[in-house]
Amino acid sequence: MNSKNLLYIAKRILLCLLTIWVVITVTFFVVHAVPGGPFNGEKALSPAAEAALKEKYGLDKPVWQQYLTYLSDIVTKFDFGPSIKLRGRQVIDIIGDGMRTSAKLGLIAAGIALVTGVVLGAVAALRRNKIVDRVIMVITTAFISMPSFIMGTLLLLIFAVNLRVFPANGTTAAGLVLPVITLSLYPTAHITRLTRSAMLDVLGQDYIRTARAKGVSGAKIIFGHALKNSLIPVITYFGPMLAYIVTGSIVVEKIFAVPGIGRDFVNSIINRDYPLVMGTTIVLASLIVIMNLIGDIMYKVVDPRINLE
Amino acid sequence: MKKNPFSMQVDLDAFIPATSEEKEYMVQMRPSSTFFRDGVKRLLKNKVATVCFFLIVAIVIACIVIPWFWPYSYDQILGLGEFGKTDKSFNNLKPFEYGETELARIENGESVFPHVFGTDSQGRDYFIRVVYGTRISLVVGFFASIIVLVIGMTIGSLAGYLGGKVDMIIMRIVDIIYSLPDVLMVILIGTVLKQTLGEAIEGTFLQSIGTNIISLFIVFAVLYWVSMARLIRGQILSLREQEYVLSARATGANGRWIITKHLVPNCISVIIISTALQIPSAIFTESYLSFLGLGVNAPMPSLGSLASDALSGISSYSYRLVIPAIVISLIVLSLNLFGDGLRDAFDPKLNS
Repeated sequence: MNSKNLLYIAKRILLCLLTIWVVITVTFFVVHAVPGGPFNGEKALSPAAEAALKEKYGLDKPVWQQYLTYLSDIVTKFDFGPSIKLRGRQVIDIIGDGMRTSAKLGLIAAGIALVTGVVLGAVAALRRNKIVDRVIMVITTAFISMPSFIMGTLLLLIFAVNLRVFPANGTTAAGLVLPVITLSLYPTAHITRLTRSAMLDVLGQDYIRTARAKGVSGAKIIFGHALKNSLIPVITYFGPMLAYIVTGSIVVEKIFAVPGIGRDFVNSIINRDYPLVMGTTIVLASLIVIMNLIGDIMYKVVDPRINLE
Repeated sequence: MKKNPFSMQVDLDAFIPATSEEKEYMVQMRPSSTFFRDGVKRLLKNKVATVCFFLIVAIVIACIVIPWFWPYSYDQILGLGEFGKTDKSFNNLKPFEYGETELARIENGESVFPHVFGTDSQGRDYFIRVVYGTRISLVVGFFASIIVLVIGMTIGSLAGYLGGKVDMIIMRIVDIIYSLPDVLMVILIGTVLKQTLGEAIEGTFLQSIGTNIISLFIVFAVLYWVSMARLIRGQILSLREQEYVLSARATGANGRWIITKHLVPNCISVIIISTALQIPSAIFTESYLSFLGLGVNAPMPSLGSLASDALSGISSYSYRLVIPAIVISLIVLSLNLFGDGLRDAFDPKLNS
């Protein structure tokens, strides 16, 4: 890796940090622009009690001072403050709990999408314009234009309500099957199409013909020469796929009542638990930004021909 | 007489003046075609895109026309009697069923307009709610794309044409907004705007549209212009080095004239294509937000909120979920396929 690429990566990391800072700042000021404090809406508090609460949560200080405290707490202690509605719990603990379930869900979905997508894409490319290819392409096109909430609710309807194969509630292990399938369908379709077009591109290259001419076996050509090179576009999809899974899990966790971070996010918005809204937004957004960065760097690592810039 | 092939003698026949028939044969047969006509021709050859186009047109017309003559309105609670009492028999009707008072009227020989998709849990005609939901989705998709187009085109062409420091600053901003996770930001800003906008627009005509839709538009305007701006900047960057720009400048044209009369018209096909592809993604986002309860204000329906409402009665009234699901998939799918067809037909770079 030459110095030019290192410079590029350094620039990207800087931009990534800048983006995370923008996310924190935007989130903070946008949330603080909401009229009325977080204690409105409940039973009318006595002025003394309200003042005490405000002092406890640091809301009596000017906004810029609150912002600086918030920012330095995140940077130094990774502390997002206490939740307002779930008394006695720290935002970071709630996020941590939700994250455990969501990460499991997301990683399984991503794994399934990668394996199935690459296999289907390769099969479609090798059987180009045959019936298998046509069927795969039609199905993936359909899945790509179906929003995740439609897919999730339809799966819920078919497998949980009508056939009763899986429970509708995502709290048990069997209950995670449907959410995982819902989350993986779109990325699977996308990866299938990416692999197919990349594979078709590679199969037309001269070095494939050379390999065939010198008598390399079919399997070795497919796995050693063609597939390896057609995975490059799939790697660039790594970041966007994670972003999709994160945002998709918000709605999927709502449908299947999975106790993950996405459900926390939606609930915190409905309950107007602003510290939790801010915390979840910042954590999820940073996650997406960092994954995009990793995806871009990986892209470079697997294919040395690509010159970043 | 057999001619020696190596003979230098000139063949006089070759010099006889052509007859008018022969002249006509040499004339170019086809009338010249414009870029636009070529594109349309290619588009019509693409059967999938053509079918999708007519499907979209049919859906749009249906959304406009059906509410004119449909006897029920989207927020009319059919069971609501004169004295504020609600007739429960109107709630949760299956398709083509009638409420009690309607059954009595039918027995008296009156004709009652059928509830094609039945009614919802509050006794509202479901068909018209789906029609209105589709209308909202299409309106949001269309206007959001226009907003994105206008902002992205202005900023992108300025950045591309001016270059230098302006370009650098704009592109850094674009980079940051581009790497923001859009859906999270949409949810966050949408939620907050919903709270703050209410007072600001009270009493104006904007109030009738609803705070959620307006906040949705604002969010689109703030976040989604970046990819359009990037695209147009790239186009302008390559176009502004062309000779005709130089000659325009030499004849004394100012920057505004060059951008609006030379540069933008030359990247119009790219602009149209990406706007067409922006519409389905806007519809996608709107229905996603409505599904989470952050979209349109009740009682106004949207395809997303209809699907979300149907979740509670999913075991007995599953068609209420399936109908909006099919409509939204159909709209997004056909818009996507049409956009792809448009790109294939009009993108001159792919023609070669």
